[in-house]
Amino acid sequence: MAFDKMELEDIEVWDGNFAAAQALRQSQVDVVAAYPITPSTPIVEGYAQFTADGYVEGEFVMVESEHAAMSACIGAAAAGGRVATATSSQGFALMVETLYQASGMRLPIVLNLVNRALAAPLNVNGDHSDMYLGRDSGWIQLDAYCPQDAYDLNFIAFKVSEDHDVRLPCMVNQDGFMTSHTAQGVHTLTDDEAYGFVGEFKPMNDMLDFEHPVTHGVQAEEDWHFEHKARQHNDLMTKVFPKIEAAFSEFEKLSGRKYNMVEKYDMDDADVCVVCMGSSVETAREVATEMRAQGIKAGVVGIRVIRPFPFFEIAEALKCVKAIAALDRSSPNGAPGMLFNEIAGSLFNTDTKAMLSGYVYGLGGRDLTKAHLVALFKELQANVDAGKITTPLQQFIGVRGPKLAYL
Amino acid sequence: MSEMKKIKNLKEFSTSADRFEGANLLCPGCAHSIIVREVLNATNDDMILSASTGCLEVCTAVYPYTSWDASWIHIGFENGSTAVAGAESMYKALKRKNRLKQPERNPKFVSFAGDGASYDIGFQWISGCMERGHNIMHVVLDNEVYANTGGQRSSSTPIGSSATTSPAGRVSYGEKKNKKDIVSIMAAHGIPYAAQVAPNKWKDMVKKIQHGFSVDGPVFINAVSPCTTEWKFDPKDTMNITDLATDSLVFPLYEIIDGHELNITYRPKNIVPVEEYLAAQGRFKHLFKDEYKYLIKEWQDRVDEKWAYLQRREESRV
Repeated sequence: MAFDKMELEDIEVWDGNFAAAQALRQSQVDVVAAYPITPSTPIVEGYAQFTADGYVEGEFVMVESEHAAMSACIGAAAAGGRVATATSSQGFALMVETLYQASGMRLPIVLNLVNRALAAPLNVNGDHSDMYLGRDSGWIQLDAYCPQDAYDLNFIAFKVSEDHDVRLPCMVNQDGFMTSHTAQGVHTLTDDEAYGFVGEFKPMNDMLDFEHPVTHGVQAEEDWHFEHKARQHNDLMTKVFPKIEAAFSEFEKLSGRKYNMVEKYDMDDADVCVVCMGSSVETAREVATEMRAQGIKAGVVGIRVIRPFPFFEIAEALKCVKAIAALDRSSPNGAPGMLFNEIAGSLFNTDTKAMLSGYVYGLGGRDLTKAHLVALFKELQANVDAGKITTPLQQFIGVRGPKLAYL
Repeated sequence: MSEMKKIKNLKEFSTSADRFEGANLLCPGCAHSIIVREVLNATNDDMILSASTGCLEVCTAVYPYTSWDASWIHIGFENGSTAVAGAESMYKALKRKNRLKQPERNPKFVSFAGDGASYDIGFQWISGCMERGHNIMHVVLDNEVYANTGGQRSSSTPIGSSATTSPAGRVSYGEKKNKKDIVSIMAAHGIPYAAQVAPNKWKDMVKKIQHGFSVDGPVFINAVSPCTTEWKFDPKDTMNITDLATDSLVFPLYEIIDGHELNITYRPKNIVPVEEYLAAQGRFKHLFKDEYKYLIKEWQDRVDEKWAYLQRREESRV
């Protein structure tokens, strides 16, 4: 079968979906098993076209559901090779059972999760409900803020996930539509550079090694289940961070682009800051800069690695700030938001006296405007000026009707 | 080229090298292990196996032990077929890329699942695998009940059987629905080979399994697997019950080639009345009360009708 390399411009105009599809092609994935769903469909379509045009040597399997997609990915990964897929929202929800199986079986798989709201009401637009749904599934989870990140983080995902000390699947999140369908300039790697970075797949416990039969997916009840789960958690907490750091630094050498567990923006002397994820990070950075012109020392912290959660890096990034807003783009449905809780946990045993408030925003693709963020930074500054939190701990941004505020 | 085993007699068969160890937790008298051995013994080629959640899975791979001397995977209840399809896809990819460690080998990909995992919860996954043309074989260990969880009805449970979720009671004779005709449904995908087999007719079974391994594309096998626990018979009688199943034509043995060409592969010399098959199992005990005896007649009529249908299909060659 013909397998051709592709000539790319140094900078291509790609949306997040196409950037991810190109990264999968350049990583020479052995098996992509997938099922289309808005807004991740163009990743699968793009990859299908690469296959049809002879740029893919691996297998491309269009299955009958997202559950089957991840099931086939698990079978393929256990057989021993590079595996990837893409999905969003309801499809991701359908996959959830198998997500835990993939990670529990310690299989490297890369999943591009193009973030979208979860029904009901049915909604195709971007929020982080699906991302939050998967957060306890035992996967490594990276977050892209723009198409460039979506491209780069796929290479990093393969590198970390397939490392024999890690052997855990990895999600690359990007915002539905805001990132997935918004074309921007993307600095490319050549096919050889990209494949050189991810490297040849090195099998481990591969079913296709007939001289060494292996049993995958055993039963382990109260006598052994806990040890498996504890070891998986231990590896997430202790082994993954150094591998991600190493991959970030190697990628910087290759591309000049530096990623960090926690992306700090103007945080050195910030009094107030927001912590957020996805495309909102870029909006927040722009507004923070504008706030400084108005005399408010604003900063932004973006979470790059959602799982394992960079507990100490977050505390370090926030140690000098006076007021923090945690921005959650998923309905907490009866609790403070996930980011609020994680940040509170990171800071609790430190000396920081920072005030922490939570904001829920952007559900179902509702815009987070610069005006929203200006008001938010001013609210944080008011807290700093008053020396205490002057607003409820949990507020909703940009929702119709009377202002929603709790706690 | 694939390598099939030539086994002349049952003694040779029973002492043949085994990739499925006798050290497992299946009930004494369980037909699952017999069927699995017959499938695995049909070839000398390497095998990639899966089991969907169920008796076979929980009894053969309890950490830190395994009963499998071939690569084996279990993911969940519904997706064992797709697990093997994923592995088969990887095999194709690595073959194309010259990355197989033993490129000269010719592995067979087989997924085992119960009737619950095939007729019910895994139905869509199997259909997907059949439609996409993976080079895999799906084998149903059909004991007509969710045996692993204690005997709940599945869509394979036959009319009149008492299952824990369709129990016989003061005003009920048990299961009300007829068993799903899964072989026809799978054959309707246009797959190269679908067949019904039984462990007592081991030569017929091995022949069908070997044919299944020789074709290019998906293969579906439905194997009757009498369950000593849920069918309620003495463990020593497994093969006797299987004989009654095949010889009463409750489980006719046949094959469907390319989705249409039907061949009956076993014609009992003496057809046993269905009543004898039912009477041998505790799950049908209540049918022998006066008020339910009409159901036994209906059972016989259904079996006769299906047998006549199979013969018409065979004769018409369509």
